[in-house]
Amino acid sequence: MAQTLNRGPVSGTAAKPPAKKKPFFVDFYSTAVGKKYAMAITGIIGIGFVIGHMVGNLKMYLGVVTKGGEQVYDIDVYGEFLREIFVPLLPEQAFLWIVRIVLILALVLHVHAAYSLTVLNRKARPVKYQTARDYQVANFASRTMRWTGIIVVLFIAWHLADLTWGWVHPDFVKGAVYYNIDQSLSRLPVAALYIVANIALGIHLFHGTWSLFQSMGWNNPRFNNWRRYLATGVATIVVVGNVSFPIAVLAGIVEYDPTAVTVPLEEAAE
Amino acid sequence: MKTLTNLTLKIWRQDGPDGQGRFETHQIPEISDEASFLEMLDILNERLIEEGKEAIVFDHDCREGICGTCSLMIDGRAHGPQQGAATCQLHMRTFSSGAEIVIEPWRASAFPIIKDLMVDRSAFDRIVEAGGYITAPTGGAPDANLIPIPKPVADASMDAAACIGCGACVAACPNGAASLFTSAKLAHLNLLPQGQAERYKRAESMVEKMDEYFGSCTNHGECEAACPKEISIDNIATMNVDYLKSKFKNRKALAR
Amino acid sequence: MTITLDSKVPEGPLADKWQNYIANQKLVNPSNKRKFKIIVVGTGLAGASAAATLGELGYQVEAFTFHDSPRRAHSIAAQGGINAAKNYQGDGDSIHRLFYDTIKGGDFRAREANVHRLAEVSVDIIDQMVAQGVPFAREYGGLLDNRSFGGAQVSRTFYARGQTGQQLLLGAYQQLARQIGLGNVKLWNRMEMVDVVTVEGRCVGIVCRDLMTGDFTTHSAHAVVLATGGYGNAFFLSTNAMACNVTGAWRAHRRGAAFANPCYTQIHPTCIPQADDFQSKLTLMSESLRNDGRIWVPKNADETRPPDQIPEEDRDYYLERIYPSFGNLAPRDVSSRAAKRMVDAGQGVGPLKNGVYLDFAEAIGRLGESTIRERYGNLFDMYERITGENPYQVPMRIYPASHYTMGGLWVDYELMTTIPGLFAAGEANFSDHGANRLGASALMQGLSDGYFVLPYTMAPYLADLLNKPVPDTTHPEFAKVELEARDRFKQYMSIGGTKTPDHFHRELGQIIWDYCGMDRNATGLEKALSEIPALHEEFKKDLRVTGSDTSVNQTLEKAGRVDDFFELGMLMCKDALNREESCGGHFRSEYQTEEGEAVRNDDDFAYVSAWEWTGDMANPVEHKEQLEYEVVKFQTRSYK
Ligand SMILES: Cc1cc2nc3c(=O)[nH]c(=O)nc-3n(C[C@H](O)[C@H](O)[C@H](O)COP(=O)(O)OP(=O)(O)OC[C@H]3O[C@@H](n4cnc5c(N)ncnc54)[C@H](O)[C@@H]3O)c2cc1C
Ligand code: HEM
Ligand code: HEM
Ligand code: SF4
Ligand code: F3S
Ligand code: FES
Repeated sequence: MAQTLNRGPVSGTAAKPPAKKKPFFVDFYSTAVGKKYAMAITGIIGIGFVIGHMVGNLKMYLGVVTKGGEQVYDIDVYGEFLREIFVPLLPEQAFLWIVRIVLILALVLHVHAAYSLTVLNRKARPVKYQTARDYQVANFASRTMRWTGIIVVLFIAWHLADLTWGWVHPDFVKGAVYYNIDQSLSRLPVAALYIVANIALGIHLFHGTWSLFQSMGWNNPRFNNWRRYLATGVATIVVVGNVSFPIAVLAGIVEYDPTAVTVPLEEAAE
Repeated sequence: MKTLTNLTLKIWRQDGPDGQGRFETHQIPEISDEASFLEMLDILNERLIEEGKEAIVFDHDCREGICGTCSLMIDGRAHGPQQGAATCQLHMRTFSSGAEIVIEPWRASAFPIIKDLMVDRSAFDRIVEAGGYITAPTGGAPDANLIPIPKPVADASMDAAACIGCGACVAACPNGAASLFTSAKLAHLNLLPQGQAERYKRAESMVEKMDEYFGSCTNHGECEAACPKEISIDNIATMNVDYLKSKFKNRKALAR
Repeated sequence: MTITLDSKVPEGPLADKWQNYIANQKLVNPSNKRKFKIIVVGTGLAGASAAATLGELGYQVEAFTFHDSPRRAHSIAAQGGINAAKNYQGDGDSIHRLFYDTIKGGDFRAREANVHRLAEVSVDIIDQMVAQGVPFAREYGGLLDNRSFGGAQVSRTFYARGQTGQQLLLGAYQQLARQIGLGNVKLWNRMEMVDVVTVEGRCVGIVCRDLMTGDFTTHSAHAVVLATGGYGNAFFLSTNAMACNVTGAWRAHRRGAAFANPCYTQIHPTCIPQADDFQSKLTLMSESLRNDGRIWVPKNADETRPPDQIPEEDRDYYLERIYPSFGNLAPRDVSSRAAKRMVDAGQGVGPLKNGVYLDFAEAIGRLGESTIRERYGNLFDMYERITGENPYQVPMRIYPASHYTMGGLWVDYELMTTIPGLFAAGEANFSDHGANRLGASALMQGLSDGYFVLPYTMAPYLADLLNKPVPDTTHPEFAKVELEARDRFKQYMSIGGTKTPDHFHRELGQIIWDYCGMDRNATGLEKALSEIPALHEEFKKDLRVTGSDTSVNQTLEKAGRVDDFFELGMLMCKDALNREESCGGHFRSEYQTEEGEAVRNDDDFAYVSAWEWTGDMANPVEHKEQLEYEVVKFQTRSYK
């Protein structure tokens, strides 16, 4: 990109055209700092979800439990439980939908902010350094946020098509969470995909969790050291937890056993 | 005193802002390790002139790390391999014989290359003009000791005020962000009691001016590592909060 | 044109002069201020503070600097501090004492009224800078801290770590930036003023060269302020920044502004000695080091042992020996000359035998390394970075270097030069320091001139011009001066010789340093006066400037500056030769006591020498402003 130099005197540089009053969010979000707040807040929502989701999924290790006199997989019960939070205060699935909407909005916002900041940053250095940089502290995680992020989005798309809608699932049975997981992750390439995607997520969170404190301005010399530990912790927990699932399936630790349950597959969806 | 031999310099040459630019290779058969990096370039330049060639253009002035004029990307690091020092404070004893040293200008769209290794950093001035001051017209100031300032506060303000405006933070930042520079100026003024009246107006206008020229901060921390004054990225966090608050406070003030 | 030196010192008792002046001076009414355009060349402490204040007052101001930003001016490098007669420490300081110390420090060669005014406004400077957010050092109680500096008996120096100049300049720069942002000041950066334009004896504008494009431009104004800094780089090696030069002041001089006391230059005793022939500048080490370090050289000129193996009996602690009561804290000039004598006698230390030891071994033994680290840690680090030697283990090596120039454009009480409409401020003028400057007083003077003096003293000149037509850039004189400047730079390009501007600068600097440096005498000065023109001739014939003159060309910039240093160098030597006495920074070896103390001659030389340019650098005309002392009495100093 051709760069130009302006000569001649500078003056009146701080004069601003009278700004139209914009709604707070639009105004704030229009700047890079505002977008970073949006990223951090949506990132926190994401971290919350990912950790919650991972903990919920751990239930698959609890195997079969007795519920209402029936033998069922604990994780299937949990799926049901999610659908019934705040029932009867709210209609069935209402809370789940609120959560889903928040998640969707958060993801959209996060990705939009990531996209526009990436464009901004590209413009800020149109001509790259012509020789290799010798980075001191910027690490692999921080420099690959966009790529790990994209991997995660693609993964989410596949993942929904797989375990939520069943489009890419070999034998999707609505509500039979344990069965679905087993069926899906028994395919080696899919298990590999899950592993890769979750490592990418871990890398994303290794930087993201540290970074969001800066973006949110939560900075206090007393706990600054802990941010790194926290980020490492979050990333490790998420990776270890989530990667364990495909491995467990492949290793046969998680395996659907029709004889262990008293409710047949088709009815589990109820 | 030792002598280094056989250095190869790969130096970026560019005729003007929209020139094509290329690396030029120069040999330095020998140089004393007492020489500063810029003195080595001086010597090379004298040689070039004697050979009838054009001297390499690079910015420099005080040569003691305080004016912020010098600005070279040496071997992929802003201000070169020495931590907490500007280019002009770098000495040849940091290098060893036979080394190949690559020298590039700062690269950022807000810092157009004027020629060779010299860039235009006036975008920093624009940020300061937007609000990096305390309004105190000459003559009306109250006694200097009227407002005591706790020593730790004055010290913290001084830490941030030590910024020399060299632009290494922008040069080093993978995003070409000027967050460290801007936040250092904000921290210097916003920490002081004298700076409170304009605190949020300052944060708002400086951050928005910064946005017109520079990239965004992804918290890489490269800027801090390159900064010759080792300004802390903690200032960036403070800037973010102040900017957020400014959006509330300034609105409230306007609504009155 | 003949020059008359009218100092315009106001009537009344010394202490009331400034207030009387303010009370009686002509004012420009606020709505008329907009009608006046003022050019300020230089954006260091003096220039930035002047431009910002004049802008605030409502004048149309245009500020010029050859730097990329006002914040780069050389003022940024000042380390030690700034004086002010605040008496916050309650140790007996007062305006009168600061005034007196400055006169005495200047060896009774400064104008009383100016110095008193400086001491008066020093107090306002600190208030102003604190209001602007300068983070001066503070005590635990939150009040401002002070230290004693340069041998002063009171603690009146305000400081911000070792970066006082930086913080003050940033303060002034930010205030200027505000005015630029608001549109009251226009900033021209990377523009070098290469001449001033006069019409009918008045200064009406300047000619500039755009360092980025090589274009020449003309600018007209009602008045011009030069705040272009000092000329310490005439010596080539100095503690000044690389770009410091005399062009601004010198071009004004050539157009009729008298140049005062060029031989008054200050040498700083504690700098890191030159390490090599290609050394580009010298670095100052804070003088405070002398509080704990002991200065010595080996007794034997052929000494080869490393310092720690030289036993006590083979060391010469010469300052302690010669000046037992002051010892290592002897004043700047005294200790500088003593170091020079030791080095000249072959007792110098270091690879080039061009320094003396500043040894902390004893202090480390007495106070412990941690105390020394606490006091001087950053200075020690800086030393190690430059020399590669660890001063906790090996004694530092120091040597004096050119640091500050007291001489400069002659100005009257209103800071106007002998060209009406041309003002000079900061280090560029000669006004307040006499023959020597106290530590921490240059920053004070720059800010005093810019903030509190010029904004008042320019008004009378401007008021007279109200509603009178002034020439604009279409006046033929502008075209003429521009053409001259163009030709001059074309000439440098076309010589096509073999030597670089730096080569000539180095040679010239060596001559000036050898004969017009710390120690001067008639024979040496005569020699310099014959060598400089010869070298200048060679410069004109054998200079080589490569590259183009339509884009950045630092070689060409340098050529113009060196050319002016030649002419200035002549004047420095001429002035030094004429001044047959030793005073302040000017030491003539013919005029000293047996113990090597300076001998001042108040009967014959209590005057300011103001030189007029005649077109021939070998034959300038000297004018004298006799110094009348109403309040202080001449005194001889002694540091024995
Ligand atoms: C290492 C060092 C330490 C010092 N420490 C102290 C100290 O502790 N205390 C103290 O009181 N003093 C100290 N001094 C002295 C003091 O810093 C200077 O005397 C003072 O800052 C000079 O300020 P100024 O505004 O006059 O000039 P400068 O700051 O030198 O500014 C000159 C300005 O003029 C511009 N300029 C010059 N020529 C031209 C031209 N031809 N065209 C366009 N622009 C031009 C430059 O761009 C610059 O903006 C120190 C000096 C040095 C070298
Ligand atoms: C559910 C999935 C995701 C989670 C949990 C998540 C989390 C985070 C977090 C916590 C941050 C730190 C924010 C900050 O610095 O303040 C972050 C930053 C980032 N995320 Fe994500 N993210 C997710 C998905 C994505 C996706 C899909 C993308 C993009 C394609 C993405 C791209 C980025 C980028 C580029 C950053 C750096 C911010 C910047 O440069 O300013 N993330 N993410
Ligand atoms: C190996 C790890 C994972 C396993 C075994 C797993 C399993 C599942 C299962 C079984 C469902 C369907 C639940 C139901 O329909 O009741 C589901 C839903 C979902 N998963 Fe995962 N998941 C994993 C990792 C992730 C990751 C890393 C993310 C996001 C970054 C994610 C995002 C989602 C989303 C958004 C849904 C849809 C939730 C909804 O219906 O509201 N999952 N997951
Ligand atoms: S913050 Fe550091 S790197 Fe950035 S401009 Fe200031 S001194 Fe230079
Ligand atoms: S390197 Fe760049 S991304 Fe932020 S922390 Fe520093 S500005
Ligand atoms: S030249 Fe001044 S900081 Fe390097």
